[in-house]
Order: sequence, then C-alpha cells, then structure tokens
Amino acid sequence: MFKIVDKQELAENIIEYTVDAPDVARHHHAGQFCIIRVHSHCERIPLSIAETDPQAGTITLVVQIAGHSTKELAQLEVGDAILDVVGPLGRPTRIGSPKRAVFVGGGVGVPAGNLMAREMKQAGAQVLGIIGFRTKDLVIYEDKLRAATDELIVTTDDGSYGYHGLVTEPLQQQLEAGESYDLVITVGPVVMMRAVAEVTRPYGIHTIASLNPIMVDGTGMCGACRVTVGGETKFACVDGPEFDAHQVDFPELALRLEMYGDEEIRAHEAGPHECRLEQSLNESG
Amino acid sequence: MDAKERMKLEPVPMPELEVSERLSSFAEVNLGYSEQDTQAEAERCLQCKKAPCREGCPVDVDIPGFIALIREGSYAEAGLKIKRTNVFPAICGRVCPQERQCQERCVLAKRGKAINIGYLERFVGNYLIAHPEEQINAAPATGKRVAVVGSGPAGLAAAGDLAKLGHQVTVFEALHRPGGVLVYGIPEFRLPNITVDNELETLRRLGVEIRTNVVVGRTLTIADLREEMGFAAIFLGLGAGAPIFLGIEGENLPGVMSANEFLTRVNLMRAFDEDYDTPVQRGRNVTVIGGGNVAMDSSRCALRLGADSVTLLYRRTRAEMPARVEEVRHAEEEGVIFELLVAPTRFLGEEGHLTAVECLRMELGEPDESGRRRPIPLPGSEFIVATDQAIIAIGARVNPSARLVMPGMEQDDGGHIIVDRETLMTNIPGVFSGGDVVAGEETVIRALSDGRKAAQAIDNYLRSK
Ligand SMILES: Cc1cc2nc3c(=O)[nH]c(=O)nc-3n(C[C@H](O)[C@H](O)[C@H](O)COP(=O)(O)OP(=O)(O)OC[C@H]3O[C@@H](n4cnc5c(N)ncnc54)[C@H](O)[C@@H]3O)c2cc1C
Ligand SMILES: Cc1cc2nc3c(=O)[nH]c(=O)nc-3n(C[C@H](O)[C@H](O)[C@H](O)COP(=O)(O)OP(=O)(O)OC[C@H]3O[C@@H](n4cnc5c(N)ncnc54)[C@H](O)[C@@H]3O)c2cc1C
Ligand code: SF4
Ligand code: SF4
Ligand code: FES
Repeated sequence: MFKIVDKQELAENIIEYTVDAPDVARHHHAGQFCIIRVHSHCERIPLSIAETDPQAGTITLVVQIAGHSTKELAQLEVGDAILDVVGPLGRPTRIGSPKRAVFVGGGVGVPAGNLMAREMKQAGAQVLGIIGFRTKDLVIYEDKLRAATDELIVTTDDGSYGYHGLVTEPLQQQLEAGESYDLVITVGPVVMMRAVAEVTRPYGIHTIASLNPIMVDGTGMCGACRVTVGGETKFACVDGPEFDAHQVDFPELALRLEMYGDEEIRAHEAGPHECRLEQSLNESG
Repeated sequence: MDAKERMKLEPVPMPELEVSERLSSFAEVNLGYSEQDTQAEAERCLQCKKAPCREGCPVDVDIPGFIALIREGSYAEAGLKIKRTNVFPAICGRVCPQERQCQERCVLAKRGKAINIGYLERFVGNYLIAHPEEQINAAPATGKRVAVVGSGPAGLAAAGDLAKLGHQVTVFEALHRPGGVLVYGIPEFRLPNITVDNELETLRRLGVEIRTNVVVGRTLTIADLREEMGFAAIFLGLGAGAPIFLGIEGENLPGVMSANEFLTRVNLMRAFDEDYDTPVQRGRNVTVIGGGNVAMDSSRCALRLGADSVTLLYRRTRAEMPARVEEVRHAEEEGVIFELLVAPTRFLGEEGHLTAVECLRMELGEPDESGRRRPIPLPGSEFIVATDQAIIAIGARVNPSARLVMPGMEQDDGGHIIVDRETLMTNIPGVFSGGDVVAGEETVIRALSDGRKAAQAIDNYLRSK
C-alpha cells in the first residue's frame, strides 16, 4: 500500500498526488514512469513522475482524469492508499551534454518536463521551455518550469494567457531567427509531439519524444506498448518511453492508442467508419 | 489381484465439464477424480520394480511409492512422498506434459493404457491443500537472509526449500500478484489461481515474505539487496517472458497482439470478469498463431470470451504440436479449427484495424535441430483468412531488460543466464539462477526442479561461508 500524503487539484480534472513510495523515489531518474493500481479490480495505469523527494520517500504524479480508472483514482484523498505502485519503469532520459536545449510540453505532459529540464541544466545546458495548454484555466506547473528553465514561454490555444497559438509556433520562430539548439525533448499529446518533430527535422536537431502508448505490465512481457521507431518494433516500457522523434511512426501510435477507446469499440461494432484520428492527423500535416 | 487382472482394468477417465458449459465460463474443465476414481485408477498400477515411469519424470517422483500409499488410503503420506521431489503436486498434476514424461514411460503406455499419474498426483495435491500439513518442520533459523527474484515456479520452489532449511527468505516480484506464468499465463480453466494462492499460503506459513511491485534492477538493485538489506545470497528466477513476434507486415495493427498480452489481460487482470476494469478485445473471428500450450490457452480463452470462430494456424502438423495432448483435445472439442501446415505472411487492415491475415501453405521437409520436420513454404500457395483479432503465440524469450538486473552477469546471446550446471551459481559469487531464464522456455516441473536444486546449492554456499 502506498499512502497519499498530499493531493492538490491543479486545474479542472487535473490532480497532483504526492505518494509515499521510497524505493521508487530513491531510484527514479528523469524520463522514467511508474504504474499504479488504485484497487484490486482496477487497471494498471502508467503515469510519469513529476517530482521526487528521496529524503521524504515520496513521488509526485500529475493525473488527467481521462476515463474510468483515473476517475477512480480521483476518489482517493490524503490518508488513503494506492494499492500498487511499481517503478521506476523505462529508461532514464539520455540527455548527453547539450549546450542549448528546449523542452516542449503540452497539457499533462508538462509536469514530466520538470525533472527533464532540471537535468538538462545540470548537464550544463541553457534551457528554453515552451509549454502549451488549451486555455488559461488549464495552465499547470508554470512556476516549476520557470524555475527549472532559463527562459519559459507559455502558450494557450485560445490566447487567454501567454502566447496565442500552438507550442510549435514559438519553436519555429526561434529556429527561423537563427537560434541554434542541440537537443529538443517533447512530452504531450501525440499530435503535438509529431508536429514538434516536423518543426525540428529540417534543422537536424536531435529530438526526443516521450511516448505514452497503452501498456499492461510495463516490464517488457506483453508487447501492448509496441511502437515502430526507424522501421523497427520497440517496446516503449523497456526500450523507451523516449525515442528519436524523427524516427517514430506517430500515426501508428495514435491508432494504437484508440484501440480500447469505448467509442472505437462501438464504432467497430457498427461497421466501417471514417477514422477521425487519421483525418485530424492529415489535417495537421 | 495379479498383474494380468490389473492389466485388464480400464483407465478411469477424468470427469470433465460439458463442452456447452465450458464455453460460457472460465471454470476448470477437469473436475478431478473422486476418491473412488482415484482408488480404481491406483488399482491398475503394476508396482513395477524398475518403475520406468520414474525415469520419465524430470524430478524422479517415486510414482509406484505414492500410488501404493494411495491404495492404502494414506493420501497425506502419498502427498508428502511426492513433495520430496515435486513441491507442487496440485500444480504439476494439472500442467505437466505427462504423455511425454512419466506416462510415456509407463509399461502400460504401449497398450494405450498408461496409468493416469497426473490425475492421481492432482488428487493427492488437492488433498494436501484441503488438509494443510502442520508437519512442515523448518530447520532451526540460520540467521541468513536470501532474496529470491521472480515468483514463478522456479522462485517459489527455491523459496520454499530455503525456508525449510532455516533461512529467512524474501521473494521480490515485479507484478502485483505472485505466481509468474502460473497466474498471468495459464488460464483458470486449466489451473485455477486459487491453487497457486494455496501454495503461496504454505510458503507464507513457512515464514517466506513476498514483496510484489518490485522490479529488481529498477525499484531495487542487487547492490541494495546485498549491501543495504543484507541478503547473503540471491536466486534469480526471472523466467523467459518476453513475447516473440513474427516480424511481418501489419503486425502492429490494432487487433494483432501477443498471447502474453491477451492472456495477461484475461488471467492476471481478469478481464473475463465484469467486476474487473481491464478491457480485452473480444474478437468475432479470431486467429491464433502457434501450436503450443500458449496457443491452445489463447484459443480457448477467445472462445470463452464469445468469439464466433477461432482458427489456429500452425506451420507443422498435429504430430509436431508441442502442446499437451489433453489441451489439444479440449481445444478441438470446444470448437477450435486447426489450419495445419500454414504460416502467416502478412496482416491486412482496413481503417486502422485488422481485417485479414494472408497465409502460405507449407510442407514438411527434413528434421531440424529440434528433431521435428522443418516446414517449407509452397510457393504461390497464398490465401487469405478473414479475421478481426490475431493472437501470436509462437514463443517467448528472455526479457532483454534482464541485463539490468545484475550488471556483469554472464548471459548468452539469447540472454539466458549462464550458470554452473552443478550449483546453478552464476559467474557472480552468491548469485544463483534457474528456470526458464536459464533453460529457455521449458516446463513448470523443470523450473521447480531448478529452484530446489539451487536452494540446496545456496544452503551449501551459505554454510561454507
Ligand atoms: C509512459 C506513460 C506515462 C504517462 N504519464 C501520464 C501522466 O503523467 N499523467 C496522465 O494524466 N496520464 C499519463 N499517461 C496516460 C495515462 O496512463 C492514461 O490517461 C490512463 O491510463 C487512462 O486511463 P483511464 O481508465 O482513466 O482512461 P481510459 O478510459 O482507459 O481512456 C480514456 C481516454 O484516454 C485514452 N488513453 C488510454 N490510455 C492512454 C494512454 N496510455 N495515453 C494516452 N491516452 C490514453 C483512451 O484512448 C481514451 O480516449 C501516461 C501514459 C504512459 C504510457
Ligand atoms: C500460457 C502458458 C502456458 C503454459 N503451459 C504450461 C503447461 O501446461 N505445462 C508446463 O509444464 N509448462 C507450461 N508453460 C511453461 C511454464 O509456465 C514455464 O516454463 C514456467 O512458468 C517457468 O517458470 P519460471 O519460474 O522460470 O518463470 P516464470 O513463471 O516466467 O516467472 C518469472 C517471474 O519473475 C518475474 N520477474 C522477472 N523479472 C523480474 C525482476 N527483474 N524483478 C522481479 N521480478 C521479476 C516475472 O514477473 C514473473 O512473475 C506455459 C507457459 C505459458 C506462457
Ligand atoms: S511431476 Fe509431472 S512428470 Fe513427474 S510424476 Fe508428477 S506429473 Fe509426472
Ligand atoms: S510404469 Fe506404470 S504400472 Fe509401472 S509402476 Fe510406473 S505407473 Fe505403475
Ligand atoms: S507494457 Fe507490456 S511490454 Fe510494455
């Protein structure tokens, strides 16, 4: 049992939990994640780790309430316990020694950037953060990212806060203005990560995306998390979750993420249908 | 009764669930012998002096010995006799490939009337579970701590023996439930998880501590175990659980999955039970690729989840199928269609979901290294099987991340941990290993046997220090 020591509602349907998990806290590195089970009949839910406190033995998770299992998680309060927490899973971020690096985060992918940006700085890089949200009310982890980076740009899709537009726009502007970077790390929705990869590709900047496919065990035993990278099948839970964004087959990842969506299942039962996702990807280029 | 009369007796069939009932539940198919059945079957044994059946058993269970005790009605003693070499009779009685092991060598096998040793063993195993043995007398505590990594049959067997030898044992398991393949792979209708839980309870009574949610190499390192936590020896029973894919076009289409994913969702995560949240795809026309136990288990689970049809594609013939004979029979009774001498060449999809698999017909050529005749594709024989779910059950290998567990440990090209054949010690002093991670995909009984052998070697190692 893993006790919840703090719970904060960061925005509507976004909750931050601080959980007692000393072994995970002690061994965690930026880029790794954990898998939790809320109760004995629950799914296994993969979640990134936004913060660790090895002394206190705690880890911090930021959860978007998406469907059934995350709703059940949201019921838990301080003093309750999460039944299972296993981690840290996946490979730590391979930062190398960049001179100038960018973290591009979107939505609930932003908190994961907290530790990544910090490690990039520790590795000696000057770090630019670009974090994007749908609207002002959904902005999370701004202060943490500001502290972890040298410069931070916040964007909102509707212009209600910060830069009006998508995260890729400031990134594109920087590159067009001749700013040079040797590492870009991106965490967020698939469409966003794919777009970031397309922006950096012509400049040949090493770009890493932290992928979030559907997982079951998280230990390399089932292959549910497989993704195609550079034409090869990889298991995101053990070979990733971070991969060279220029090599990732994002459309396949998007398709596989839909696999267990209720709508998707219903759609299949109803017979052939126009795939919404493919459409939106084609629209987004 | 003399031998001639005994030889006239007919084998007692295993009472089974009706096929119609099987398809609507995950209840165990083999209902188990009654006491009367058990006596009748035991009566047939000729109590051979040389007992060739024993040579077929990888752990040399004293088969005539335990059968004689059954005849006397001394079921607990019969169980304890088995347990001297096979710690989990209730499990092995259910899952050993008896027809290729003990029963194949039985003198009555030639007449097709081999003693149903597995069924007898299962009866006795169940008896012990129903009458928990108080007589497990552990040796005096040695004060030494031993860590067991992995809670499959190899790890559990090692843990049990080490505890009986007086060591303080902690088992570390990556998943949230201990048991390895026994709980995540083999389905309820063949090996109810409660059977495994019962054995775990026995271990706990012996003082074994089981810690789930620990991936050794990630959550805790071997250095933590040895230096900080004071474990004087370590047994690695990591299994060979990483699924092998075919590497053909379309394999990552939604609708195509490994048997491990499918079975884990169904068994470990209990997706068949409405009370559990884990989703599982329930295909209408399912294809399963492979011919082993894993393929049979997947096929039979798919039928129970409501598939209209399940077709098993296997590239050799029935004679080469590595699955237990009983599983093949059950699968066939339940309606699995066997397409033999067939290999998939690509998966086809429409609108982002699997719709068909293209296959090629094969013929058998010369025997390969495994002694089985090699399948050779027949050019131009392509044909299409319509399907909305394909489950790949062509084998598993050592998880590549096993290399993280113990840096510097010797592993072969396939990742198998290299051990001394006598002591099962790795190149790292005090670190031992056994089961599938050493031998590759094997059997439950071989894993158990390795676990026990390692326990003995670990005991020697600790006492000589
Ligand atoms: C390595 C990794 C790290 C992750 N980190 C975080 C995190 O820090 N915070 C967070 O809120 N979420 C994170 N996720 C996603 C999170 O695991 C899913 O949102 C969650 O499992 C959904 O469960 P549910 O039952 O509530 O929703 P479901 O009912 O299962 O799904 C609701 C919707 O979410 C989609 N979905 C399902 N699984 C995923 C997934 N793995 N990724 C994205 N969408 C999914 C479904 O298609 C559906 O549209 C991470 C996923 C991975 C693989
Ligand atoms: C579906 C299926 C059906 C089968 N049917 C039969 C059958 O009928 N008869 C038969 O004899 N055999 C059968 N087998 C084979 C048999 O189950 C295996 O040979 C046996 O389970 C191997 O035992 P093991 O202890 O070596 O490993 P496993 O049972 O694989 O257990 C290994 C355990 O170690 C854990 N682990 C791995 N790495 C770590 C780590 N770093 N830290 C912590 N824990 C870790 C894993 O999570 C797992 O629980 C079947 C296998 C499958 C998959
Ligand atoms: S352990 Fe397996 S092979 Fe040995 S006697 Fe029992 S059923 Fe037969
Ligand atoms: S070979 Fe057959 S008949 Fe003879 S002792 Fe063994 S089980 Fe009994
Ligand atoms: S989640 Fe099962 S192999 Fe990655």
